[in-house]
Amino acid sequence: MSHDVYELSGIRCRGLLESGQASATELVQVYLDRMRGVDKQVGAYLLSNEEAALQQAAEIDAKPPEERRPWEGVPIAVKDIMATKGVETTCASRILSGYRPPYDATAIRKLKEAGLIILGKLNMDEFAMGSSTENSAYQPTRNPWDLERVPGGSSGGSAAAVAAAETPWALGTDTGGSIRQPASLCGVVGLKPTYGAVSRYGLIAFASSLDQIGPLTRTVSDAAALLGIVEGRDPLDSTSTGLREPIRLPTERDLAGRRFGVIKEFLGEAIDSGVREVFNDACKTIEALGGVVEEVSLPSVERGIAAYYIIAPAEASSNLARFDGVRYGYRSGEGEDLLSMYTHTRSEGFGPEVKRRIMIGTYVLSAGYYEAYYGQAQRTRTLIVQDFNRVFADYDYLISPTSPSVAFKLGERTADPLAMYLSDLCTIPVNLAGLPAISLPAGFSQGLPVGLHLISPHFGEQALLDAAHALEQKFLLEARPNLTEVTE
Amino acid sequence: MSNGHGSYGEYEAVIGLEIHLQLKTNTKMFCSCAVTFGEEPNTRVCPICLGHPGSLPVTNGRAVEYATRIALALDCGIAPHTIFHRKNYFYPDLPKAYQISQYDLPLGVGGHLDVEQEDGSTNRVGITRVHMEEDAGKLVHAGGATGRIHGADYSLVDFNRGGTPLVEIVTEPDIRSSEQARSFLNQLKNLIEHLGVSDVNMEEGSLRCDANVSVRRPGEPLGTKTELKNMNSFRFLARGLEAEIERQLSDLGAGEKVRQATVHFDPSTGSISVLRSKEEAHDYRYFPEPDLVPIVLDEAFIEKQRAELPELPAARKERLMAQYALSAYDAGVLAGNRSLGDYFERVAAEGDAKLAANWVMGDFSAYLNAQGFTVDESRVAPEDLAELLRLIADGTLSGKLAKDVFATMAESGQKPGHVVEERGLGQISDEGALEAIVAGIVDANPSAVAEYRSGNKKVMGFFVGQVMKETKGRANPQLANSLIRRALEA
Repeated sequence: MSHDVYELSGIRCRGLLESGQASATELVQVYLDRMRGVDKQVGAYLLSNEEAALQQAAEIDAKPPEERRPWEGVPIAVKDIMATKGVETTCASRILSGYRPPYDATAIRKLKEAGLIILGKLNMDEFAMGSSTENSAYQPTRNPWDLERVPGGSSGGSAAAVAAAETPWALGTDTGGSIRQPASLCGVVGLKPTYGAVSRYGLIAFASSLDQIGPLTRTVSDAAALLGIVEGRDPLDSTSTGLREPIRLPTERDLAGRRFGVIKEFLGEAIDSGVREVFNDACKTIEALGGVVEEVSLPSVERGIAAYYIIAPAEASSNLARFDGVRYGYRSGEGEDLLSMYTHTRSEGFGPEVKRRIMIGTYVLSAGYYEAYYGQAQRTRTLIVQDFNRVFADYDYLISPTSPSVAFKLGERTADPLAMYLSDLCTIPVNLAGLPAISLPAGFSQGLPVGLHLISPHFGEQALLDAAHALEQKFLLEARPNLTEVTE
Repeated sequence: MSNGHGSYGEYEAVIGLEIHLQLKTNTKMFCSCAVTFGEEPNTRVCPICLGHPGSLPVTNGRAVEYATRIALALDCGIAPHTIFHRKNYFYPDLPKAYQISQYDLPLGVGGHLDVEQEDGSTNRVGITRVHMEEDAGKLVHAGGATGRIHGADYSLVDFNRGGTPLVEIVTEPDIRSSEQARSFLNQLKNLIEHLGVSDVNMEEGSLRCDANVSVRRPGEPLGTKTELKNMNSFRFLARGLEAEIERQLSDLGAGEKVRQATVHFDPSTGSISVLRSKEEAHDYRYFPEPDLVPIVLDEAFIEKQRAELPELPAARKERLMAQYALSAYDAGVLAGNRSLGDYFERVAAEGDAKLAANWVMGDFSAYLNAQGFTVDESRVAPEDLAELLRLIADGTLSGKLAKDVFATMAESGQKPGHVVEERGLGQISDEGALEAIVAGIVDANPSAVAEYRSGNKKVMGFFVGQVMKETKGRANPQLANSLIRRALEA
């Protein structure tokens, strides 16, 4: 079987399996070959699940077609932040090296129950802290559009693997933009669902009140299909709600009467001119499809980054305290008593960005500082929620560029954490408000992908996918990364 | 210097207690592992109570119900909206490195417990708060002199206990002596036993007690307090408090100030050790637990829990007095211990209540104390004691014989009827049979008869003794008396 891997969406894979044009084994083999051909350059995968994937594919192929579930045999890869039973799960951190979880995350369980084949675990910024995947303790991931550039982060492995067609589908997580920003930088679709739509059980927590699992795919329909598989209320996650209605595959082709608010505060100096141009063109496309585009102001979102860099580290400092070397993962051989064992283990096991955030978080929760920092940040968060609620009374969608810039070069921002933090200017307030949002490839600047960011009210995923689908059909972006497969 | 009853020279002690209760739920506070005691270590664990990365807590609804009942029984106000916080600290028995607990929005606040003192007076102890949290694992430190972590050769941790639902009860500093502390804890234990929501067993750790202790001259502001830990029995609670109060008084006597500290009571030496201040420099960095949603306790829920409350000790005492015509003292003793009260009511259900009370509080309690048994461990079932009391009431056994029978029952677990039959102990109340015996004795002792008839009534005792000797003590004493008198005066 010979396929143009870029033509293989998840939905197309399902079609090939259903029609008998491809076996599950053939599909898995296509991706394993692709991985072998390009992943030395891209570095998206931390772990290939080759043996188990081929075995599962063989079992599926042995089943009579009528006994197969709808998505059975479609390949997928997952960010290495979700617990996979018996398969090493590291969060791209040294401190979890060798850790094999004794259980599956709920999202992983749902993938397995649907019969999807997990190809492997994808690289990320350590504990999802970063915007370039350069904070992985194991390897950098490179942008398939330009190998000198970062794929974004923290779900950089997920975005790069989909962009390089090393998998049709990937799951990522988004705490402040970690699905949408790399999707934008790699030219793929990335959806961050409403907080609670997808269970967080088994998602190794960075910031519990912000984290959310979501799909990265090459098409909007694929994102809808994958969201439909993983969403749902989970008794193991008290904060999960699921969606209110099952997701339909989007079919919309126009945006007649839909009202789009352009968030003024997200179009300041920080936005590169090339990105701004693509965004302005996208606004014209919306109007051409019958949508109404107006400027709106949400003054509070300008304080989003400040509030986020208090709340997220505060939760992280507590969530990451369990990595102490006592029960699992890395333990330092140094240290003569309990405290020094803890200290050595954590000093050696965590990378610099993780340490920075643990220290910030510990500080802002300390006696005497709590109200001034954490309390104030929570009040800011409430204002942001109120601002969004106010404008959603008048608009169906809010829009902005996903990222202020196109993919930057490796090493360009590692010395300047604040510049790195600004990558998530437009995405962070969405997490603070718990809203769903999608990043959709909208064009190119300097030959690099630029994403359009659409935000909708809570549980507005269907409307979000419908609009994104209409725009996708109009944008009709044909370009693909130019990767040369190397043979060993 | 002190006598346990609150007399400390010119000083008084000021004590507040912090009590932890393990709830008797089927499963743990935030996961579905079984709550157990004494199982093989680390067999009642799962990714959640082991704090594996990615696992999440889900609140045990039954634990919230139990905690609400405790708060209601202590007359607390119930928060309509309550949340959990994370209490952050590193320790090997705490796998998440934070304990899910409650902080500024506890389940219950502002209650009280009226504690009856031995002299009959009542001491009202305010309840500051009642909150829910999860237990830590259990550490066993091997080697070293202290049995504590410092100096141990190695430490083992058992996570079976980790995640067990706990309720913490914090009292106001309304307690003035170790004796008051002891009776407070006793009556709290009894209250919880009536609720049936905890085993409240100090030795097994399902009831734990720490104390905040300070001393002052009456009327003065509160002195500096210390936190006294490690009192794992009622006896150690009283001894520990006495030792700490004395330590503080001797500091003051030496012209020194009491320093704020955490102190440990060592039961083997009876002494107090002060922990280094470094060990207690904790900043727990509390913040709202983002993995759990707020708990809303509406009126309907609270009323349902109130309706679920069983009869509590104070009401039970009133009822025992009314229903069984018991004295206030007897009713107080029986209502003061749930199992003893239950035992009594089962015995009294089938006969004379006053007799039942005397036996339950007398021979039965003495037997339990002598054996070191709890009521549940007794070999004498309440139905058997009731039968024994029936044998007394119908004249089959004299009170004295009944005590012997009871001793055999307690020893062997046999039923009273069986003991009586086996030992031929049935009391002879058959008038005809006794009359014949009396007649024989009167005939055989003419000189004694003459003596009686000449006015020496004391000889009566001789005849009773002879009848008892003849019947091996089984003669009904009242009947024997009247038959002898009749024969002698005929």
